[in-house]
Amino acid sequence: MRRIRQYRDPLFWISLFSCAAVSAFILLPLLQMLCEPTWQGLCEAMADKTVRRAIGLSLYSAGWAALISFVIGTPFAYLLARKSFSGKRIIEGIVDLPIMIPHPIIGIAILGLTGSEHWIGRLIQEAGIRIMGTVTGIIVVLTFVGLPFYINTVKNGFEAVPVRLENVSRSMGASFTGTFFRITFPLAWRSMLVGLILCAARAISEFGAVIIVAYHPMVAPVLIYERFTAYGLEYSQPVAVVLILVCLVLFVALRIVSTAKGPAGAGMSKTKFSA
Amino acid sequence: MVKLEQLAIELPGFSLGRIDLTVKPGECFVLLGPTGSGKTLTLEAIAGILPISQGRIRINGIDVTRLPPEKRGIGIVYQDFALFPHLSVIDNINYGLRYCKKTNRPSGKRIAELMAHTGIDHLARRDVNTLSGGEKQRVALVRALSVNPSVLLLDEPLSALDRGIRYEIQKLLKSLHQETGTTFLMVTHDFTEAIFLGQRAAILNNGRIEQTGPLIDILRHPKSPFVAKFVGIPNVFPARFKNNRAEMDGFALKLEQKPADASTHIAIRPEDICLHPSSTLDADTNVLIGKISDMADYGPYGEVTVQTPAATFKATLPRREMLALYHSQPGEVFLQIPPDGVHTF
Repeated sequence: MRRIRQYRDPLFWISLFSCAAVSAFILLPLLQMLCEPTWQGLCEAMADKTVRRAIGLSLYSAGWAALISFVIGTPFAYLLARKSFSGKRIIEGIVDLPIMIPHPIIGIAILGLTGSEHWIGRLIQEAGIRIMGTVTGIIVVLTFVGLPFYINTVKNGFEAVPVRLENVSRSMGASFTGTFFRITFPLAWRSMLVGLILCAARAISEFGAVIIVAYHPMVAPVLIYERFTAYGLEYSQPVAVVLILVCLVLFVALRIVSTAKGPAGAGMSKTKFSA
Repeated sequence: MVKLEQLAIELPGFSLGRIDLTVKPGECFVLLGPTGSGKTLTLEAIAGILPISQGRIRINGIDVTRLPPEKRGIGIVYQDFALFPHLSVIDNINYGLRYCKKTNRPSGKRIAELMAHTGIDHLARRDVNTLSGGEKQRVALVRALSVNPSVLLLDEPLSALDRGIRYEIQKLLKSLHQETGTTFLMVTHDFTEAIFLGQRAAILNNGRIEQTGPLIDILRHPKSPFVAKFVGIPNVFPARFKNNRAEMDGFALKLEQKPADASTHIAIRPEDICLHPSSTLDADTNVLIGKISDMADYGPYGEVTVQTPAATFKATLPRREMLALYHSQPGEVFLQIPPDGVHTF
């Protein structure tokens, strides 16, 4: 009876239509692209050293961006999750800025700051660090665009750990650091892993800012763009398909690890993702 | 011993203070008050979780005001148990042992005794997420006591439990207090819990202490209309006093003795009012005439609301008496209030 009533409800049909439309909107272009290249074209792409190097560089620089985000973003996310202070909303807005700004602008801004015209740029160059056209530059850009995803996800993960657990731990003699590593981290590590996945995923897909800072060495999105502009759709598609497949395998594996049933109560199944 | 000296806490939209309070060693002291009165804030300030804006906190004579929570030697039990969900029962209980000084570290035998005392010895390897509310609270209690705290802070430890379990945990708390001799400082809004467990109490209202003293004294002799209502006295009236007589708007009552000069109110406990269909004309008792306007059945007892020409009174009666009154359908009832049942403040 209840099921029949549900079928009569217009909202049920609207929801069903919306679900089908969204799925088709996302899947159709991707499926089309996955089906387009020939098997031979795919094999050639995988055997191509340039393609392998570009995808490798994408994964390498995205991995570094995620690691840097983990190191500098975790304490910051904890602070945002646990403390209330004046200006907190402004700081949260600043963290979200890289999500909103058009990415070529990010590239231009980073170049402006790290160029020889700026004193910070001169300091960096004197320290032997080069940004323009280097892997370092790519990692800086990818960290810039990926960091908000990591911080927002981990902040939600920390917020999902009741502060009373930390209070009890402190009252039983554990220091702040001891409490973090024995209580907060075991309960929030899954949110950190999800944050790393999101950060790395965002970094791998970055194009607009990278192309400004470092056209060479080529990351995968830049190579796909170059193949498209120089040789057309047919030559860019196999590279894109290889990149999608590599990322799919990697991220599905990480997702499985992050949602695998761990010790009871651990993890952050209730964590919301705002980014 | 816990001593609060001029303790003040300033938060956006709420201020607590300045509180002076002494909890004697080995005592079970209760902080009572309605929701939002500042009870939990006081507890968290003592625990060192909440920064205070003024005052001093001493535990066993040592000024712990600037010490972090882990250096204060306190245990805390929350109403929602706050068990570590990623650890088993025994790992929860043993959590704090590594931080105990060797001289203060309880032996495995002592932990086993505590677990047996609280009836959780068979749950040692269980996942805490699979426990019932009562079991969780037992684990939380053993965990807090396992580190031999000088003071155990209990934040409404019974409020998340259902009625039957609540009574069991109440008895357990009492026996643990007697067995360990630890100073207990409990927060609750339930006066019956406080009476069962505590020896002395402080009543908090809107961040201020209204009254401190032995619980029976507070129950029998409230010092303000707020405390009177809080301890379950609905019959509170402003009054003027002339010798052994209290005069209210429209009626007067004899008192057992002359009230203190500063008294401004009377309070009559509902169980001190006797209701009769006819007057016994006892010259020593205050007698008022009224009509029953409402009867509420609370199971073992009932509450009868009587409207007199001057005021409304509430009286509690054993259920049997209330039902007899209900079936006799009296047009008028006589309220008999003995002079020693009229409390002045």
